[in-house]
Amino acid sequence: MVLVYTEINKGRVKKASLECVNYAAHIAQAMGTSVTALVNNADAAQLEEIGKAGATKILSVKNDALNDDSMLLSAALEQAANTVGAKVIVFAFDLAGKAVAPRLAAKLKAGLVAGAVDYPVINGSSMDVKKNVFSGKASAVYTIHSEVKVISLLPNSFPVKLGENKSSVSDFSVDLSAVKSKLTVKEVKTTSSGGMVPLPEAELVVSAGRGLKGPENWGIIEDLAGSLGATTACSRPVSDMHWRPHHEHVGQTGIAIRPNLYIAVGISGAIQHLAGVNGSKTIVVINNDKEAPFFKSADYGVVGDAFTIVPKLTEAIKKFKANQN
Amino acid sequence: MKILVAISNVPDTTTKIQFADGDTKFNSAGVTYIINPYDEWYALVRALELKEANLASKVTILHVGLPDSDATIRKGLALGADDAVRVDADAPDAYFVAEQIAAYAKANAYELVLVGKETINYNGASVGAMVAGIMDLPHISMATKMEVSGAKITAEHDVDGGSRVVECELPVVVSCAKGMAEQRIPNMRGIMAARTKPLAVVPAGGGSALTTVKSYSLNPGRTTCKMIGEDNMDELVQLLHTEAKVI
Ligand SMILES: Cc1cc2nc3c(=O)[nH]c(=O)nc-3n(C[C@H](O)[C@H](O)[C@H](O)COP(=O)(O)OP(=O)(O)OC[C@H]3O[C@@H](n4cnc5c(N)ncnc54)[C@H](O)[C@@H]3O)c2cc1C
Ligand SMILES: Nc1ncnc2c1ncn2[C@@H]1O[C@H](COP(=O)(O)O)[C@@H](O)[C@H]1O
Repeated sequence: MVLVYTEINKGRVKKASLECVNYAAHIAQAMGTSVTALVNNADAAQLEEIGKAGATKILSVKNDALNDDSMLLSAALEQAANTVGAKVIVFAFDLAGKAVAPRLAAKLKAGLVAGAVDYPVINGSSMDVKKNVFSGKASAVYTIHSEVKVISLLPNSFPVKLGENKSSVSDFSVDLSAVKSKLTVKEVKTTSSGGMVPLPEAELVVSAGRGLKGPENWGIIEDLAGSLGATTACSRPVSDMHWRPHHEHVGQTGIAIRPNLYIAVGISGAIQHLAGVNGSKTIVVINNDKEAPFFKSADYGVVGDAFTIVPKLTEAIKKFKANQN
Repeated sequence: MKILVAISNVPDTTTKIQFADGDTKFNSAGVTYIINPYDEWYALVRALELKEANLASKVTILHVGLPDSDATIRKGLALGADDAVRVDADAPDAYFVAEQIAAYAKANAYELVLVGKETINYNGASVGAMVAGIMDLPHISMATKMEVSGAKITAEHDVDGGSRVVECELPVVVSCAKGMAEQRIPNMRGIMAARTKPLAVVPAGGGSALTTVKSYSLNPGRTTCKMIGEDNMDELVQLLHTEAKVI
């Protein structure tokens, strides 16, 4: 059995979770088995969507405490893994997955590949899984030797496919009486992404750097992002100087993203910045210095002043969108 | 309260990555090694701040690795850690490393175990949660702030869509990220003192790797950048639609 952990966030099944169900279904098929998904606090429509992504069975949990403490969530997943006889357990390599997958793997003495970018190759009782290393500069193929295997999938590695599959849903009650959680949540702060898709899930990202000169100039970046339905991001100095909130900071020390389109405006392209964005499918760089290192890592480049180019690009996108409708 | 800070030894961020032995090993020839930035700037510096505020009695750094890591460990001592331990083994995977950290922390009754959110070479983001799992302790992932009062810590950590403030009883494992503290530069006195601070070398206890690296490959970089004139934004949009197929 392949077990997959799926999550509801802001009223939807996380896109990264649907990618994981697809991925789990692919592995299950290769192994001649099927997929069980575990989800907490899902409604009927959300359960149906997890089914459409390829889960044969869904263990539906209703427990508000579960997401407060990775100790509790890990215990719940351990019980689910034992109940269904999981041989492979799939997570998203996002904040939630990073918190729980390694803990569960250690509990089960299961080998973990964190941040897989491709389907595993099954060789008898072992599995080879590819992931990025050296902050995206290279890849490594890891062999998992343990009987139970845990894989967390780098978000946006595969497009989501929904089919007609319907899954059987059963209520799953977890017994957490043996877990001594010593952690209490005091406050939850929601970062407002202003209606934008959260950065880790965004397929289109418009990012800007110190070239913008000051926070008061971000209007043109927001307009460009708005015209595309993109999410905004920034370089590290920009968040260090508090021009933009820290959750927008991408790169080595910020978050790593891999959208379909990354537009970088007034960012020089330092190696530590590239480390967080070089997995993007297409990169557009706008910079007034034709020698800016970022052009060497871009697919399309425009040399010139951001303050004149960005509004022109926004207009061109608006025109394109209007013609499409 | 004693704090154990697990540090990893990683190639400097600007290193040109190359492989050896038929692409089965990282080629470390000529590479400058540093303490993993998250471990140094955030975990270690925050631990030192707590000690300076008399909220911790001792800060020990622990590294799982071979003698060639000793120079990096000394940098941690130069920043102000009291002593260091090197578990003498070629860290084969995250689980093995976690087992070593957990065993040492338990045997020596460390109440706060700090790790970095991830290493910049293997990018696993795994060791902290594994240590907590093995020790059966709570774990705070992606912590950006941490305060200690008595036998409790209060931490803020990033979760999907925002952050959370949590309170937790010691002992606890915390994975440290940006926000926790500011980078420090070791001073001359620290560097001199580091030479004589204790660096114990201990053998690895038990432990088994559950994964191994089979091969490495460099990710293909982008080869050509198509330059578009600044008055041709319609052309750029068309290319993004028809050629790149991203809009
Ligand atoms: C260990 C380590 C970790 C780091 N982690 C990160 C990280 O996670 N993320 C990150 O981003 N950085 C990180 N950095 C910092 C990184 O090295 C760079 O300093 C940083 O990315 C530079 O930001 P920038 O491109 O916005 O600014 P700059 O390097 O100052 O570049 C500004 C660019 O804007 C261009 N420009 C200026 N005016 C205009 C204009 N009118 N129109 C168009 N273009 C213009 C300039 O030509 C220049 O290329 C890290 C550094 C270290 C040492
Ligand atoms: N060989 C090692 N020795 C000691 N600590 C380590 C080692 N490798 C990783 N760590 C710690 O675990 C954290 C997360 O590493 P990783 O899970 O490999 O990304 C690092 O930031 C370090 O704090």
